[in-house]
Amino acid sequence: MKRRKPGLVLLELFAIALFLVFLFPFFIVLINSAKAPFEITQNPLSMPAEWKKLIGNVVSIWTSVNVRYSSSFLSSIIVTTLSLLFLNFLSAQAAWVLVRTKTRLSNAIFIVFVAAMVIPFQIVMFPLLTWFREIYDMTGIKLLRSYSGIILAYIGFGVSQSIFMFHGFIKSIPLELEEAAIIDGCGRAEIFYRIIFPILKPIQATVLVLNGIWIWNDYLLPLLILGKGNAVMTIPLAVSNFAGAYVKQWDLILTAILMAMIPIVIFFLIAQKSIIKGMVAGSIK
Amino acid sequence: MKERYAMRKAKHPPVFWLFLAPVLLAFVLVIIIPFCLGVWYSFTNWSATARLGDTLRFIGFENYTRIFHDPSFLYSFMLTVVYTVLNMIAINVISFGLAMLVTRSLKGRNVYRAGFFVPNLIGGLILGYVWQFIFNAAVPSLGTALGLASWAQPENLLLAKSSTALVALVIVSAWQYAGYVMMIYVAAIENVPQELIEAAQIDGASPWKRLTAIILPMTSQAFTITLFLTLVNSFKQFDVNVSLTSGGPSVMFAGQPLYGTELLAMNIYNQGFKSNDMAGGQARAVVFFLVLAIVSVIQVSINKKREIEL
Repeated sequence: MKRRKPGLVLLELFAIALFLVFLFPFFIVLINSAKAPFEITQNPLSMPAEWKKLIGNVVSIWTSVNVRYSSSFLSSIIVTTLSLLFLNFLSAQAAWVLVRTKTRLSNAIFIVFVAAMVIPFQIVMFPLLTWFREIYDMTGIKLLRSYSGIILAYIGFGVSQSIFMFHGFIKSIPLELEEAAIIDGCGRAEIFYRIIFPILKPIQATVLVLNGIWIWNDYLLPLLILGKGNAVMTIPLAVSNFAGAYVKQWDLILTAILMAMIPIVIFFLIAQKSIIKGMVAGSIK
Repeated sequence: MKERYAMRKAKHPPVFWLFLAPVLLAFVLVIIIPFCLGVWYSFTNWSATARLGDTLRFIGFENYTRIFHDPSFLYSFMLTVVYTVLNMIAINVISFGLAMLVTRSLKGRNVYRAGFFVPNLIGGLILGYVWQFIFNAAVPSLGTALGLASWAQPENLLLAKSSTALVALVIVSAWQYAGYVMMIYVAAIENVPQELIEAAQIDGASPWKRLTAIILPMTSQAFTITLFLTLVNSFKQFDVNVSLTSGGPSVMFAGQPLYGTELLAMNIYNQGFKSNDMAGGQARAVVFFLVLAIVSVIQVSINKKREIEL
């Protein structure tokens, strides 16, 4: 035992060094968010002269009419939570009827959903815009530059994988549970919401984490449906809009970036275990 | 009991359609219809002006022959293949190394795992800006501090030449993705029975032998997963591309100046929205889709084969 110790100590030091290297970019963002522009030009690696500047920078980003950080933050929260809520409920109930109905049609619908996971966003993006515009011309329902359009799009794009994950989980739930409820006179919809849905908690966590990280960080879909600089912007849009327009103002760009990262990092610190588990489970499908 | 439950069930009870209707609606509106339109448009003269009615014409494979003679598409395609291969190698080597490290009995291994994983939670767009700052400002300043003045010369910056800018793209995506892939390897390595490794140790197998004779064969399934995962994700790269290089710097190819680091996803986007060539962009997107579909079919068949073997 003793003989192996020096090796392990070296490994531990090596791991710490790698750990620091991995987190170094975050450190760079943090120290430069607390600097004035000239300090960054002088030396981007030095510690800030005074950390108080961080608060000043954060306030100027939060209140800036150019970044519109506060309204984008709110929009990101609205888009992410509503999309997640719909995705979670609608995919779970759809997966349940697909599992419990053993017909060729039901099977075919499931296969179409699964096969659609191969479809990359690029092949639908141009026609999606034309099509949403046409829907507006025909019905007056505004799907471009609106919450309803982007949430609908996230449901459409997220539903395949979510149904697939729920489907796999529901298959393992014994039918006897539902039969007992039938005898008690529960309606089918009631069975699902009173008995099945609560059992799905672990897989719901996975579905929420996976879709949540994707939607919160997504750039291309909001860029197309919401567009830069319009009434509704998400955080990635706001950051890229600002970084594109104020190319050299790294103090403010990095502050905006820091503020975009903080919510996710806090979320990660709270729910680290389920996030890692959920994201890894998603990949293996 | 089972029969009674089944007997009361109509073939497709109202609840079947009631529960499926919302997702079907969203799915058809957002995926199915645009997908079909997209394939159809790639065979037409679709553009901002020829959108509907009489002006929209079927033109056969014209768009496809056009894009396969277009240097910008050919260049982007090759670039994306090179980027994908480099990225797959970089990510998987780093991730497996990290996984071997954090599965040893180190004191802070859970902290290391979390630290390596964190970059993956932040969007590629934002990370691209961070690294743009690092490559353009932090690295030169580090060079000056180390007495390596050449690091600070503008022409030596990684993002200044298209070949090194491609390396920069690989660095950023490897950094972003390594912790994620590492977790898949960690799960696989932890599944290797400890007794096997201990038995090999007692028999005097060197660490290298233990790796090649036990750990690698026993984690081969994880490799199939991660190789395809990194392949597909690298092939689709867009966000980091936008914020780190915006496709630049320029390069000469087939006698034309082109965007030097414009990966396929960005090439499709630019063709449609910047060059206003919607039909050309759409034809590129169909080719893009076909490549990904073929990759997926290969993956599924490999997994099927493996399942039979097991």
